[in-house]
Amino acid sequence: MGNKKDFGLYACGIALFLIILPLGNVLGFVSGNTISLWGRYFCFAIVALGVDLIWGYTGILSMCQAFFFCLGGYSIAMHIVLKGATASGANGIPMPDFMAWNQVETLPFFWVPFQSFGLSLALGLLIPAAFALVFGYFIFRSRIRGVYMAIITQALALAMWLIFLRNETMLGGTNGLTDFKTLLGLSLSTPGVKLGLYVVSLLTLGIAFWFSRKLVDSKFGKVLQAIRDSESRTSYTAYRVMHYKLAIFIVAALLAAVAGMLYVPQTGIITPGRMDVRASVEMVMWVAIGGRGKLKGAILGSLIVNFLYSICTSLFPDSWLFILGFLFVTTVLYFDKGLLGMLETVVAKLGSKRKPSPQPAGHEVMQS
Amino acid sequence: MLLTVKNLSVSFGGVHALNLSRFNLLDRELRVIIGPNGAGKSTYLDILCGKTKADTGEVHFDGHSVLGKSEVRIADMGIGRKFQKPSIFPSLTVYDNMLLAFKMNKGIFASLFFKPNQEMDDRIHEVALKVGLQKSLGKVAGELSHGQKQWLEIAIVVLQDPKLMLIDEPAAGMSDEETEKTGELLLQLARQHAIIVIEHDMKFVEQIAQDLVTVLVRGKLLMEGTFDEVRNDQRVIDSYLGRANVQLENF
Repeated sequence: MGNKKDFGLYACGIALFLIILPLGNVLGFVSGNTISLWGRYFCFAIVALGVDLIWGYTGILSMCQAFFFCLGGYSIAMHIVLKGATASGANGIPMPDFMAWNQVETLPFFWVPFQSFGLSLALGLLIPAAFALVFGYFIFRSRIRGVYMAIITQALALAMWLIFLRNETMLGGTNGLTDFKTLLGLSLSTPGVKLGLYVVSLLTLGIAFWFSRKLVDSKFGKVLQAIRDSESRTSYTAYRVMHYKLAIFIVAALLAAVAGMLYVPQTGIITPGRMDVRASVEMVMWVAIGGRGKLKGAILGSLIVNFLYSICTSLFPDSWLFILGFLFVTTVLYFDKGLLGMLETVVAKLGSKRKPSPQPAGHEVMQS
Repeated sequence: MLLTVKNLSVSFGGVHALNLSRFNLLDRELRVIIGPNGAGKSTYLDILCGKTKADTGEVHFDGHSVLGKSEVRIADMGIGRKFQKPSIFPSLTVYDNMLLAFKMNKGIFASLFFKPNQEMDDRIHEVALKVGLQKSLGKVAGELSHGQKQWLEIAIVVLQDPKLMLIDEPAAGMSDEETEKTGELLLQLARQHAIIVIEHDMKFVEQIAQDLVTVLVRGKLLMEGTFDEVRNDQRVIDSYLGRANVQLENF
């Protein structure tokens, strides 16, 4: 029965997002803006999957996922900016305009690989993964966990934000990177490319979901939950907890980076504001509100919260943080299983009212 | 000799928690350790399983030194630990709790591409039957009663197939009936594994103490002997009575 219900949910999701919205866009009654907006929500949903894997399943509260998101985002942004560069450095290599304004003479060495699309993609994944590996190694080796983990990852996010804010970092400082023109020769402002990015984001979300589901259902996923439940028992059962934590930290960072790469071309700008502590905290809140420890909950939470954000910021521009805070506090206080958990409880209650005698003894026998 | 310990000592903030001159254990021996609160019993097991680091001393298990090794290495060597407070995975099913414990390659990639096989399934059912959880295999472990959680943890340790099982107060918080079942279980397990049990309940100790009983007091070895020798020893009675242990007095 559960599978049937899931199937219905997937079918609805696919029908709505893969057929109705794109078709509506082609026929002209769904605006390109809406398409881009949902395309971006899907990117957030991919990050949320990562947050759910590391926090919901493994119990590690990482507050620097937005930083990994931006590492992916910046690498694609650097590539796009370089391709659209009009200024040129002293040695004739094209150079982003903002550098020319800042009296930079030649393209900094770390910008050079981003001239190639393939290298940008590879670096956009490699850098966050390497970062997660090194940073994670030191945190997990020192057995930092719980609230200390949250604090130290927030500190990392803050430090990185400060570094990216500086003009001397050569990444556009506070203004970030913008003025995107083309990606792989395709103009980013045409409706067709926007729709294409939307579809790619949706498919990537699908793949990320399928991959996460496989991961969670494997024995690896069970070990992750075992670590969340009792870390000491897991290591006395001869699992090297640190390896598992590092692996999932890297997976979550990669998911965030992929999302960032897809997000940037659809938004047209990336600034350090995307990686500040608040951004990471919000990512955790999506998952909490949607239902932590459930992959569907993470996707649902990120889509709904971001959709609400878009509505609320146009209706009551100043009160969004209050609304989000209210939602979060209510979730924590009354629905600790999140929106999805609440829905399931309601459905279960309705179901039990319809069928008043689901014999508990028989149920148990069936399970064992 | 499976386990030999010499001059093992550890202190916390200047207080000697344990100062054990010698301790030897044969293969498939069931040893009970008793002693008043603060005698260093749990600390001793903590050292053996790598939870606490010893200051000085030697611990040899199966020909290898134990001290300084990580929990995982020690578990791999064949020492399994059951804690006083049931330590299981409450959000996983009983079956998955046991599956995770099963002795196999526990690396990341082995776990990613793990496929269950019939032999494992049979063994899990066999152990579940032994600890009386055969009907609860599909239940979420957090929903078990306290006694069942204790048994599940014992099952987890058994499935690791250790040479030595360290069991800390298995009967704590159990009803009389459950306690007796636990005793029978331990006696049965002692045919295949060496076991060290810490226990306070003297009735339970009498049930399971088929070999030697070790008495620790203030971190030191007071005596070692059969249950009857220990029960009638004046020093043992004094050290328990001195701490007003009603249980032994009544016994």
